Amino acid sequence: MKLSPAWLREFVDAKVDDRRMAHDLTSVGIAVESISGEGKDAVFEMEIGTNRPDAMNHYGVAREAAVIYNLPLRAVDSKLPATPGKSDFIVEIGDVAGCARYTARIVRDVSIKPSPGAIAKRLTLVDQRPINNAADATNYTLWETGHPTHVFDLDLLAGGKILVRRAFSGETLKTLDGVERKLTPEDLVIADAVKPVALAGVMGGFDTMITDKTHNILIEAAWFDPATIRKSSRRHGLHTDASHRFERGADFEATTRACDRVAVLILEAAGGKLAGGAIDAVARQVDLAPVALHLSEVHRILGEKLETNEIFRILQQLGFELMPERGGDPDFTVRIPSWRLDVEREIDLVEEIARLHGYDKFANTLPAYAGAVVEAPDAEKDTRLRTTLLALGYDEAVSLTFISHEDAETFSSARVIELANPQSEDASVMRSSLVPGMLNMLAYNLNRGAENVRLFEAGSVFEATGTTTAEPKCICMGAASPPLQKTQGWGTRDGGFFDLKGDVESLLHAFQHQSLKYDAQTAEYYYPGHSARVLMDGALVAQFGQVHPDIASARKLRQSVFIAELYLDRLYPQGLRVVRYQPLPRYPAVERDFSFVFADGVAFEKIQQTVIRLGLTQLRSFVPVEIFRGGKVPGGRYSLLLRARFQSAERTLREDEVAHWSAQVITALESLGGQLRA
Amino acid sequence: MLRTHTSPVQIRTMEKIKPPVRIVIPGKVHRNDPPDASHSPMFHQVEGLAVDTNITFCDLKGTLDHAMKALFGSSVKTSFRPSFFPFTEPSAEMMVSCFICGGSGKRGSEPCRPCKQTGWIEILGCGMVDPNVYGFVAYDPRKVSGFAFGMGADRIAILKYGVDDIQLFFNGDVRFLGQFG
Repeated sequence: MKLSPAWLREFVDAKVDDRRMAHDLTSVGIAVESISGEGKDAVFEMEIGTNRPDAMNHYGVAREAAVIYNLPLRAVDSKLPATPGKSDFIVEIGDVAGCARYTARIVRDVSIKPSPGAIAKRLTLVDQRPINNAADATNYTLWETGHPTHVFDLDLLAGGKILVRRAFSGETLKTLDGVERKLTPEDLVIADAVKPVALAGVMGGFDTMITDKTHNILIEAAWFDPATIRKSSRRHGLHTDASHRFERGADFEATTRACDRVAVLILEAAGGKLAGGAIDAVARQVDLAPVALHLSEVHRILGEKLETNEIFRILQQLGFELMPERGGDPDFTVRIPSWRLDVEREIDLVEEIARLHGYDKFANTLPAYAGAVVEAPDAEKDTRLRTTLLALGYDEAVSLTFISHEDAETFSSARVIELANPQSEDASVMRSSLVPGMLNMLAYNLNRGAENVRLFEAGSVFEATGTTTAEPKCICMGAASPPLQKTQGWGTRDGGFFDLKGDVESLLHAFQHQSLKYDAQTAEYYYPGHSARVLMDGALVAQFGQVHPDIASARKLRQSVFIAELYLDRLYPQGLRVVRYQPLPRYPAVERDFSFVFADGVAFEKIQQTVIRLGLTQLRSFVPVEIFRGGKVPGGRYSLLLRARFQSAERTLREDEVAHWSAQVITALESLGGQLRA
Repeated sequence: MLRTHTSPVQIRTMEKIKPPVRIVIPGKVHRNDPPDASHSPMFHQVEGLAVDTNITFCDLKGTLDHAMKALFGSSVKTSFRPSFFPFTEPSAEMMVSCFICGGSGKRGSEPCRPCKQTGWIEILGCGMVDPNVYGFVAYDPRKVSGFAFGMGADRIAILKYGVDDIQLFFNGDVRFLGQFG
């Protein structure tokens, strides 16, 4: 919406320049988005909130400026010569709900021609197309006062009468835009004695419009019910400057002034003379309920005790009337001006006071607080995992929450949640796994020449469960590096599976647990033999490993790609590990190595369990040290170097004890089919 | 329906607990915008809510001023101007003095683009919780008052670091991510 600052200045003598005025208006919420043009031709591009129809015109904005600068507001010139006698024209409001007031005036013997230059120029400045001196008078009044009006060719109104009523079914009306419209019984219309001549509050009729043949004019200024006009406007797909204002609530008291203002402008531009006085049909009063104002409430909400004078000044200059109450509860009863339909409650008045006092004038304070900060239940665990991942060299990434159906089926068995209105087939369901997003991000990087990528994403996945949905939290890690990674000073080594396993263990190590077991039952998108699941105290908390080569190649990933998934809904109940100090051993440990050959089917897991079951209390650890296949080791078997560590808290161990335990270990391993190597 | 803003968390929290309430709510939100340099169907918001027997408009201003200084440096200034939001009254838009040009509107002899040469950058919407909201959660609007604010986390990062494409946040490019490590 455009306004002319020169036009504003007709109503308020602001001493500041346009730029300053734009700034000051913006700071009270009457936003001037930009200024174009210079001097008298300057134009403000306004952004007025839909709750402020009263400020969608020059006079309304001038009122705000008058409060800002504490200046008087000059009235709009609507003084007409005295007109003896009554008009014999009849205005009848048949639909009281739809039309509360209809004010009309008649001007006779006009000569219709283009508007005077000054009027036409102003309208052009605010993007309005000049039409003729009568139509322009209504338009000028709209942009000046905000009240929509209409002019009819009086001689084309049948029966010397205006009737505001609902349309009859089957009636039609050709509107000013030349469109023949079918009316419905919900449409409020202005009719003459015979037919509809305007769609009330939206658009006038084509057949009764002002033309250069017009001699006599009927001016309409009315108050229509906002909901009725909104529905009409929607029904006919007709959004006009008039409907825009009526549906947000027009000023009930403004009809006579607006009608007079149009008459003043017509008499000036088109000559003619008034025929009789105003015809003012009032079907019902539109009263805005007064609002109680407590000064203590203003103080309580705003936090600063404003001078009562200042509160008084602001509200009065905005048009509110304050009536002191005896007893002081409330301090004032405030009468709401007829143009402020948005003010209904005490808080609305508090806002008006704060707004025009100036938000930036209020002090910046911090609230006192005696409570304590309570973090979200998972915050500590989230932070622990995140900082560990960052320390391990993973960058945190965020992918979109939508994936394709195909990916959902490949990477999860959960029932998916479909998007009702997807943007594309690739993004048609809520993600049920973080893996596809991670693979996309890895591919994105590898396609751009990155050699060593480590990413993680923490987020929710979405699953349909029965009639509701679940959003379990997960972490997905992704790593892709060249198969043989050169590390400074250490030659080359395979950086894949075991690196990732170590990273997963570092993360899981932060959580309390009795047992951590690995098995090979990974999901189908993992590469069998190159992937593992992790069970913490029997709960599946993670799986990780190389992505199945079929999946990787389908995504054009040429490198080996590794991923890990942590299921936080199952991991977090374990709780973070609480560190308890263990006294340091005072006696030396004894290590014994065992070199065995096992069948491929015997996993370390089983070997370890077998040794633990011996119940050797001094056995502190039993770990694999080296694995070897090929060479002298026959096919289907592998060589494994195992290391046992014995230690006592009470004494130095004797050689014979250690030999005895070692023999027990050997017997146990042989029971698994293991062969001790020489 | 995917949430288009994080505000519902405010009501849900107030339904569960009595005042005092002080919460910060970060979260993902979704909009039906096709992805381009300045739009994403998914982005992040951070909301805050404080309700107590003593929360004022001055506190809203002071708290956010404090937060912005923590975020952008102690020399930034804040400015508030009236706005309209459905669940706050009075409502405000907060601007911070441009942390790129220091509020001058210029970078050397060049115009400062992030603040469109105004020296100010719009950062968030905020306001005093509308008393009607308390009606929904059985708080007494004559006894308690509060403020709420909400901002786009991605937008702030875009402004703070001069990022020119919101898509960069969501494609996991290590050349981008590594700059913030």
